[in-house]
Amino acid sequence: MITFEDVTKRYRDGTVAVDDLSLEVPTGAITVFVGPSGCGKTTSLRMINRMIDATSGRITLDGQDVREIDPPTLRRGIGYVIQQAGLFPHRKIVDNVATVPYLLGWSKKKARTRAMELLELVGLDPGLAGRYPFQLSGGQQQRVGVARALAADPPVLLMDEPFSAVDPIVRASLQDELLRLQSELRKTIVFVTHDIDEAVKLGDTVAVMRVGGRLAQMAGPATLLTEPADDFVREFLGRDRGIRRLSFISAKEVRLSPSPSDLVTDEDGRALGWRTADGLAAHGTFNPETDSLRVALDAALLSPNGTAVAVDEEGRVRGVAGRDAIDELLAEYAPPAAGRAPGGSSGGSSSGAGDSEGAPA
Amino acid sequence: MTEEPLVRWDWIARNWANGGPTAISALLENHVVMAFLPVLFGLVVALPLGLACVRWRWLYQPTAALMNVTYSLPSLVLFSIFLSVTGLTRSTVVIPLTFFALAVLIPAVVDGLASVPDPVRQSAVAMGFRPARRLLRVELPVAVPVVLAGLRVATVSSISLVSVGALIGQGGLGNLFIDGWQRQFYTPIVVGIVLIVLLAVLADGLLVLAQRLLTPWSRARRTA
Repeated sequence: MITFEDVTKRYRDGTVAVDDLSLEVPTGAITVFVGPSGCGKTTSLRMINRMIDATSGRITLDGQDVREIDPPTLRRGIGYVIQQAGLFPHRKIVDNVATVPYLLGWSKKKARTRAMELLELVGLDPGLAGRYPFQLSGGQQQRVGVARALAADPPVLLMDEPFSAVDPIVRASLQDELLRLQSELRKTIVFVTHDIDEAVKLGDTVAVMRVGGRLAQMAGPATLLTEPADDFVREFLGRDRGIRRLSFISAKEVRLSPSPSDLVTDEDGRALGWRTADGLAAHGTFNPETDSLRVALDAALLSPNGTAVAVDEEGRVRGVAGRDAIDELLAEYAPPAAGRAPGGSSGGSSSGAGDSEGAPA
Repeated sequence: MTEEPLVRWDWIARNWANGGPTAISALLENHVVMAFLPVLFGLVVALPLGLACVRWRWLYQPTAALMNVTYSLPSLVLFSIFLSVTGLTRSTVVIPLTFFALAVLIPAVVDGLASVPDPVRQSAVAMGFRPARRLLRVELPVAVPVVLAGLRVATVSSISLVSVGALIGQGGLGNLFIDGWQRQFYTPIVVGIVLIVLLAVLADGLLVLAQRLLTPWSRARRTA
């Protein structure tokens, strides 16, 4: 666990980058620091591995004050992924990945073997090992960056806007890949971004910071969306909070009805479309096992009759869910009613993982 | 009087290696030594000085200014200054040429280190490199293409400038020019020019080759 205790970073010119920050980063989960530029999120991240030293306050890593640890030693035990990957242009991919093992004095053979495992782990073709960074695409470079950070199997991973320099499609796949990796590795990850959608997608806990280096709210993403602590957080979260929140509700509980006769399927039981007078109409599908309520609702909205088709992994129809079935679940997960004036006030309890109140000014 | 040909091949054949100090081969050897020593000394001095200029930013402006003033001095002036100290020796040519090499190489080292992308330097720090190792293993290697570009300029200009040393009898192939002018005899002049150009082309080619071998990673980066 990483803890910030009254941490302040003040520069010589008087600028306060981080102002009296206190929070806990839970072990084995992704904690996202998010906020507009100038909110001190990157500074906070870099104080953990002492690329920047705090002016006052304490940061502890599993109980030990980071300032008691020699910085290079501390850093070799913490993975770091930087924006634009920051790969060493003069080293082959395999040696880039093996950087920290080399620094730790591993033999070349052992370090390279480990590097090859990691390339595979992050979904890269091992054939790229002998290439130089300039020969890789931005997305591939960023994967190498992640592999390099993981090379010495550090328990903690710091990620500084790692996916912000790649196009949206690549970014989405890198995000999915990170979530997949994290489900296997269970690292303690601190992830910095200015993109609230990325924060909500990746974070088990999201710490929203405001300009001047103050924590505005720290909560699980679902809680954040339904109960923003103040106007700043609400504005920062942006539009469609209600819809986006549905991403955090599993579609597993949607009540399914048997497949009606006007749903046309092929011989394997895969849906082809809805039978109408003019032929087949489009249909929307969701997989109750893996998809969220948002996907189910979307599938319903895509069908002319407002009915979503539930399918299994192979795409075979398992049943259908009309809007009434989706509505039932929506009602069940309605935000808490008490004391929620449109202006929004903090306080009150709610469900949601990693839910803890920040310390708004 | 018969027309003097531009090149008298028999003269070249007789003077290529006549055993004396004025043999063409001896002059060529002298030229090579006097052209390369300044570049070598220059590199040895420019590396630490360039590093110092990066470490202590305030050093760079005065150093660069001093080097530029030196570079603007006609080489002949510098030769005459050193003539009173080192006499009619090679050093009188090599020392001023070292200053000229420095004027090119110090900025090359500084620019080379400045060419290291910030994310690269930061990720080296974040991976846990200590400063000395970071410099040797990351920053200097990444700076190599820019330093080598400077080295090419310094080498070629050094090869050309050595000939001015002929005025004090230490000009390598440049001595052939004096010989030719004095006797109104073109062959030595043509030989001198051709050999100097060949030497420059060869040296530059070797440096390009060295760059390809040393930095296989940099060729496409420029277009990337």
